[in-house]
Amino acid sequence: MKAPVSWIKEYVDLPADLTTEALTDRLTMLGLKLEAIETAGAGIEGPLVVGRVITMDPEPQKNGKTINWCTVDVGDANGTGEPQGIVCGAHNFKPGDKVVVILPGGVLPGNFEISARKTYGHLSAGMICSARELGLGEDHDGIIVLPEDAPEPGTDARAVLGLGEEVIEFEINPDRAYALSLRGIAREAALGFDAPFRDPVLRDVPAANAEGYPVVVDDPVGCPVFVARTVTGFDPAAPTPDWMARRLEQAGMRPISLAVDVTNYVMLETGRPIHGYDRDKLQGAIRVRRAVAGERMTTLDGNERTLSSEDLVVTDDSGIIGLGGVMGGETTEMSDTTTNVLIEAAHWDAVSMFRTGKRHKIGSEAGKRNERGVDPTICEAAADRVVELLVEHGGATAEPGVTVVGVPPEAAPIEIDADLPARISGIDIPAGTTVALLEAVGCSVSVAGDRVTATPPPWRPDVTDPYDLVEEVVRIVGYDRVPSVLPRRATGRGLTREQRLRRRVGRVLAGAGAVEVISFPFVGEASFDALGLAADDPRRNTVGLANPLSAEAPSYTTTVLPGLLEAAGRNLGRGAPGVTLFETQIVAIPADKGPAPIYGVDRRPTEAELDELLAAIPVQWTELGVVLAGEQERGGWWGPARTAAWQDALALVDRLAGDLGLEISVESASVMPWHPGRCAKVTAGDVTLGFAGELHPKVCHAFGLPERSAAVVVDLDALMRQAPEVVSGPVFSTFPVAKEDVALVVDEGVTAGAVEAALREGAGPLLESVRLFDVYVGEQIGEGRKSLAFALRFRAPDRTLVEGEAGAARDAAVARAAELTGAVQRA
Amino acid sequence: MSGPNTDYDPVEVTPLKAEEVEAARDAALTAIAGAQDLEQLKQVRLDHAGDRSPLALANREIGALPPQARKEAGQRIGQARGAVNKALAERQAVLEAEHEARILVEEAVDVTLPTDRRPVGARHPLTTGAELIADIFVGMGWEVAEGPVIEAEWLNFDALNLGPDHPARTMQDTFWTEPAENHLVLRTHTSPVQARTMLTTEPPIYVVCPGRVFRTDEYDATHSPMFHQVEGLAIDEGITMGHLKGTLDHFASSMFGEGITTRFRPSYFPFTEPSAEVDLVCFVCRGVDSENCRTCRGEGWIEWGGCGIVNPRVLRACGIDSERYSGFAFGMGIDRTLMFRHGLEDLRSLFEGDVRFTTAFGSEL
Repeated sequence: MKAPVSWIKEYVDLPADLTTEALTDRLTMLGLKLEAIETAGAGIEGPLVVGRVITMDPEPQKNGKTINWCTVDVGDANGTGEPQGIVCGAHNFKPGDKVVVILPGGVLPGNFEISARKTYGHLSAGMICSARELGLGEDHDGIIVLPEDAPEPGTDARAVLGLGEEVIEFEINPDRAYALSLRGIAREAALGFDAPFRDPVLRDVPAANAEGYPVVVDDPVGCPVFVARTVTGFDPAAPTPDWMARRLEQAGMRPISLAVDVTNYVMLETGRPIHGYDRDKLQGAIRVRRAVAGERMTTLDGNERTLSSEDLVVTDDSGIIGLGGVMGGETTEMSDTTTNVLIEAAHWDAVSMFRTGKRHKIGSEAGKRNERGVDPTICEAAADRVVELLVEHGGATAEPGVTVVGVPPEAAPIEIDADLPARISGIDIPAGTTVALLEAVGCSVSVAGDRVTATPPPWRPDVTDPYDLVEEVVRIVGYDRVPSVLPRRATGRGLTREQRLRRRVGRVLAGAGAVEVISFPFVGEASFDALGLAADDPRRNTVGLANPLSAEAPSYTTTVLPGLLEAAGRNLGRGAPGVTLFETQIVAIPADKGPAPIYGVDRRPTEAELDELLAAIPVQWTELGVVLAGEQERGGWWGPARTAAWQDALALVDRLAGDLGLEISVESASVMPWHPGRCAKVTAGDVTLGFAGELHPKVCHAFGLPERSAAVVVDLDALMRQAPEVVSGPVFSTFPVAKEDVALVVDEGVTAGAVEAALREGAGPLLESVRLFDVYVGEQIGEGRKSLAFALRFRAPDRTLVEGEAGAARDAAVARAAELTGAVQRA
Repeated sequence: MSGPNTDYDPVEVTPLKAEEVEAARDAALTAIAGAQDLEQLKQVRLDHAGDRSPLALANREIGALPPQARKEAGQRIGQARGAVNKALAERQAVLEAEHEARILVEEAVDVTLPTDRRPVGARHPLTTGAELIADIFVGMGWEVAEGPVIEAEWLNFDALNLGPDHPARTMQDTFWTEPAENHLVLRTHTSPVQARTMLTTEPPIYVVCPGRVFRTDEYDATHSPMFHQVEGLAIDEGITMGHLKGTLDHFASSMFGEGITTRFRPSYFPFTEPSAEVDLVCFVCRGVDSENCRTCRGEGWIEWGGCGIVNPRVLRACGIDSERYSGFAFGMGIDRTLMFRHGLEDLRSLFEGDVRFTTAFGSEL
């Protein structure tokens, strides 16, 4: 909302020495937030004066243009009193007109210095100005022609043009609809400086009578008040007075025609949207009703709209002529031939206005006010003000008929403890202050003991609750008076186990050289295609978005991978030789339990209701993803670089599980997007945690990653559930260790894990550890065979092993391996 | 070796003769002096001070002497061995010093060689930033509450006094899941976590809720369809705006430095009444000579978030007795907070995943 300071001051007597900054500071602290202060004509310097055109000689030029060689009376402003010779390219004026002239030595916005200069064969000493040249608007149709009653030639033109006038732009919160008017802003200024306020809607209005235009309201809930007034004999060619046009422009509205400008002006002045009809296009009585679903109408923006049974419409015998309170219709729109005007000032149900505006995507100045709530008591005054302005500036005659249908709804009284504002704010606010301030905002207040009853004023439909009264009192007392004290010390138990574990997982991975990324969770079919997922892969069953930002990514993701792999590709594309990235992403699958219920808010839902609500929410969990692509260790003077491979993925899983004290096992698996022969399923007990290994070459290609890039995906919630809550302190022997190495030859298809498991099983309780340290494939052991070399360590908890004990345990281990895996000890 | 001299005959034990002992000692001293490096000295030590050295062997013969002779012989051997050990220690020190002076110098490396063999990892500043904030509140005895990002419409809006026709719903452009009639949204704020907490917890409640939220904003340098918020909620008997101010002042000074406080400006949020915008004293210029401050752009204050007293309507919908309890709530953007705390120019740098961005922040903020 933009408000010229001079307009505000029309209704409030502010202290004479009050600066605009001080005014806006105070209003900001009252809740009308300053957005900007604009000064009209900023950048204009030097002599800018009123001039009267004396002569005007059109001179056609070779370039096809015609220029006017003018002499202009600028009084004594040029120091000589002689007429000033000026070349002007515009034609929208005539001799005798008063215009705005900038004389040599002046400067226009954009640091455009004016000097006497030779042009088109004349010495042009100055410039006749257009609004755009003065920085007053975009209107470049011609130069500004001042009204005949403008001051004498030679007078400084700044005052005439309203230059130097400051316009305040406020950010108005949706609860303070009253401040979408000069009336409301001036009232706040009066409140802020305890200054006298003159309410622009306080005027004598003619009483309702039977001669007014016939109006029937079928839906008094949707339209509690409908006021109609008529003027006749309006001159559609009458210009909008300059002051009005200027104020409209300052307030950010474009002047259109007098009739339209007057309705807009009165809306800005009072906050009450007004609609004007061409009365000659009306057929029969006006009726207000709800639309029948499917009815159609064309609003005056030219759009045909199909209506809902919730929309309020204004009709006449011809049918629908307006979308009540939101936008008028095309058929009865005022035009440049309208001479008889019917003025509608109606109060509309705010909820209905909001729904209709939203349904038809109409955002109008009228709708903005109607849906936030307008003072329902000012319809008659606003209509009368329109009549007054049309009569005064449009030569119209007011018809005596005054139609008033309905009565304004009344605000309900609110009762509070007198000390509630003090109790809630923490400021010492005596009961007397509370009463005085509620009265200052316009409430009618009564006091009974320590209870205060306040009935909000009609312009404050937002004030409905006890705490609304608290806010009114506290904002005037001043938020800056709120003390700074800490509440009593809370007794929290610190982070939850999950919260601590999530931090720990991040630290472990960062410690292992991985960099965390955060990606958007939006995916589309292309993401799943890039991952090589089959058409029936359950990961394609996503929670879809009804209004995605991009048609390519219309779903919430079921896997952390797409964003993560894209980030890896982006890094490599930007020249990184390799990356290890990790991400924890909340992923989701549909709950398929139907709609989530919408409950009332007058009580807490029951447990059963809550359960139903929670069950309808998509299943969500945290997935941890890691991608390893390109160089994992850099090359240098120590040796060559090492690039990512499947085992890097598994090593990270091991490292993570080890840190969390979690026992995991792996087995080979074949799952997209991994390489079918280089993927491991990771389990803890019988719970699958996820997969790790080399990415499928096609997937690497799709994401711009080098082949052999590897990835891990783990259900982090499951991992955290499986991790022991408390790690038991380890017990270990300090007696000497006995080391035994064995090399076992097995068929190629036998896994190292199987051999190791057999060794463990056979070795007995003295075995401390088994570690595979070499794999050999070659002629010496024959085709289709491989040799696995294991280091076994034996130790007793309570004694030194005697000679032969370790050897016997080793032999037992080898025997078990032979039995279970066909292993033969290598000679 | 001679056996014990049981008959106490005066026997001559050759190795214990004074001249023999002296000769062994002198031989040892000569060898020690002649050792050229630690390796040679080690051999000399074995030869002349080891278990089988002449002096050690002689020592064993003492028992063969008659008791009256043992003392003198013992002294003689002891002195000789003492002299040898002393010489060994001295020579050891000399050779070690020589070794350090020579060998270790020869082993010098070029320490300016690169050592960046293993790339460093890092956690995302949004993660560590949220942790930093959470820790400030945990330090005050608060707990950290979390909830799902796909949320029931009722919890995201209705329960928070944002009814279906509340104009404020148009302020938050919401992602709805398909079909929209299912009344599920990507949460537009972390406030549903507050609602969940109130629905399931008896006051007193002191929770802070950091989390990811979504709005249908086009992606540019200052807007993102996904961003992060932290909200706080305190419900207790006698909670006032003063407690809210005190808590936010404490938060501000913990996060931005001693003396950084907040101010309130009246505002409007459906879930709070009274409501306020909260500004932070610019932590760079501290409001002094703000004209040239790039952080607050001459304001002296930085817009930080919104806050207020929890609207009793919200308490009622969540089953909390608003006659007995009052509460305050606040919320601010983590992304935005990091942007001005760390001077980030473009919000998108947080979501691109470029390792050069993230590694600059390390593993903690």
